[in-house]
Amino acid sequence: MIRTRMVSIGGWLLARLLSLQSWKRGLWSLVRLGLIVGLSFVIIYPILQKIATAIKDKTDLYSPIVIWVPEHYTWDNFKQAIRIMDYWTTLGHTFTLSAMTTVLTAISCAFAGYGFARLKFKGSNLLFVGVILTILVPPTTILIPVYLNLKDLNLLNTQWPFILTSLTANSMKAGLYIFIFRQFFRGIPKEVEEAAYIDGAGVSKTFGRIMLPNALPAIVTVLLFAFVWQWNDSFYTTTYLTTSKVMSIQLSSLPYNLGIMLSDGVSSRADPFYQSMVLDTGMLLAIVPLILIYIFVQRYFVESVERTGIVG
Amino acid sequence: MWGFIYVLPWLIGFIFFFFVPLISSLRFSLSKVEANSGGIIVNFIGFKNYVEALTVHTSFNRILTESITNMVVNVPLIVIFSLFLAVLLNQKFVGRTLARAIFFLPVILASGVIMALDSTSLVQAVNDSNAGSPIVSGLRSFELSMMMEDAGVSESIINYLTGAVDRIYQIVSQSGVQILIFLAGIQTISPQLYEASKMEGATGYEAFWKITFPMVSPLILVNVVYTIIDSFSRNAMTDLIKETGFTTFNFGLSSAMAWIYFLAVSLILLISSYLISRKVFYYD
Repeated sequence: MIRTRMVSIGGWLLARLLSLQSWKRGLWSLVRLGLIVGLSFVIIYPILQKIATAIKDKTDLYSPIVIWVPEHYTWDNFKQAIRIMDYWTTLGHTFTLSAMTTVLTAISCAFAGYGFARLKFKGSNLLFVGVILTILVPPTTILIPVYLNLKDLNLLNTQWPFILTSLTANSMKAGLYIFIFRQFFRGIPKEVEEAAYIDGAGVSKTFGRIMLPNALPAIVTVLLFAFVWQWNDSFYTTTYLTTSKVMSIQLSSLPYNLGIMLSDGVSSRADPFYQSMVLDTGMLLAIVPLILIYIFVQRYFVESVERTGIVG
Repeated sequence: MWGFIYVLPWLIGFIFFFFVPLISSLRFSLSKVEANSGGIIVNFIGFKNYVEALTVHTSFNRILTESITNMVVNVPLIVIFSLFLAVLLNQKFVGRTLARAIFFLPVILASGVIMALDSTSLVQAVNDSNAGSPIVSGLRSFELSMMMEDAGVSESIINYLTGAVDRIYQIVSQSGVQILIFLAGIQTISPQLYEASKMEGATGYEAFWKITFPMVSPLILVNVVYTIIDSFSRNAMTDLIKETGFTTFNFGLSSAMAWIYFLAVSLILLISSYLISRKVFYYD
């Protein structure tokens, strides 16, 4: 009698404890949900705001009741921004430039990374210190001599600086890409390579047929990073290309261009709020291609980085 | 032999686009550089440029200390924040894929011009004041600091933390790659460790400090270095160096500034990697 009672009390206590556990878990997932939703909002907020601004009519700007959802929808901001930025030409130029440097950089960095990872030779460790050095030295330090050299060779305002640097794995953040490739190739088991050698494949065949296909995650990561960073880069583009129509230059000179091209009268300056509105639209237009690309490769990218050797 | 051939393209680029410019930048920083139509004339003048940058130039010291302090203040925040988020994003919950996609979005958006232009948007400012968000944000950190003051936390720590809350966008947008690196690191930890600790009765909190933290500690160093390097591209120092070089064409002074900056940054890198690597736990 007493014993059964104790068992039932014990069971009741256990159930109570379990529910406490599940309470704790429930509370934690609530907190986690709050944190994730909140921080996601912080990240998305500027984009939402730009969209809200871009579809607004000029008159809504001063309307006190319009904050997010506009009263009058319009494509006018887009039309203005597209006209002033010369959007389609710029888009084409930027895309060609980014795609070209991305592909060249990925190829040259893959070669260098493989060389450093597997094909050791005398002094290769010393040279790898050089790669680390290129990562650590701020690009501003070497900017002027590089600029002067290019100027002597009359290569400014052409795409040659980008082609040459990416062909030789020395473009923007290339050290990082070499590092990623090296770490990844080091992570592939040596037996795979040895099997290929025994079967009679040469070094280049082993690299092209065996190692590269295995390194797909690293390749995707490097391609995406290189493309995005080149697209957004204003540091090199404003130095090497002063007149070409590239997205980042168009964007950074957009505030100035707006001042000139939006003013309607002879003496009147354009309304600064309206300028800002078109500027926001322009930024939106500049990042839309990136977001589209990201949506498509995102899943693959997130998975691949986890398997990439960044972790070392 | 083959190794040398594979590395050769990089080596050529390294010599022509990195090593030679690095040396000539050092030479410029020690000389008076005059550019005219015929080319440039370089006259050795010793450390005059460095002296000028540090004592004569009106804003160099201020901007240097500002960017260095920013770096020192932001790096720990970004690293801790991204570790926390990586742990969070590693747990199982509904919509995890979406959450991850959103958190890596800043890798794409928060670089280069977009970041620079973002801070100057007028419409955004007006909207914010219309929506009354300054009041909200003011309230937010105010309440928080009152609470902590009641709990007896020292004032400088409170200011540091509330400052972080106010700069949350800046921090979130700079931690995309770091979250990625930590997340990748956490996923390489073998699940057996967690199972064993659970059998022994460890709570999730204990498991974090005894397993996750030691196992990802090498990556803390990686992330600190990455965060410091990443800040090169978006600070006032870079702008000043570029402006001195390309607007006023004072190549010597500009190179000297760049070298002072480089030395300061490498000092920080050395100190922080020394401090961290003493604490780091290596599995093998």
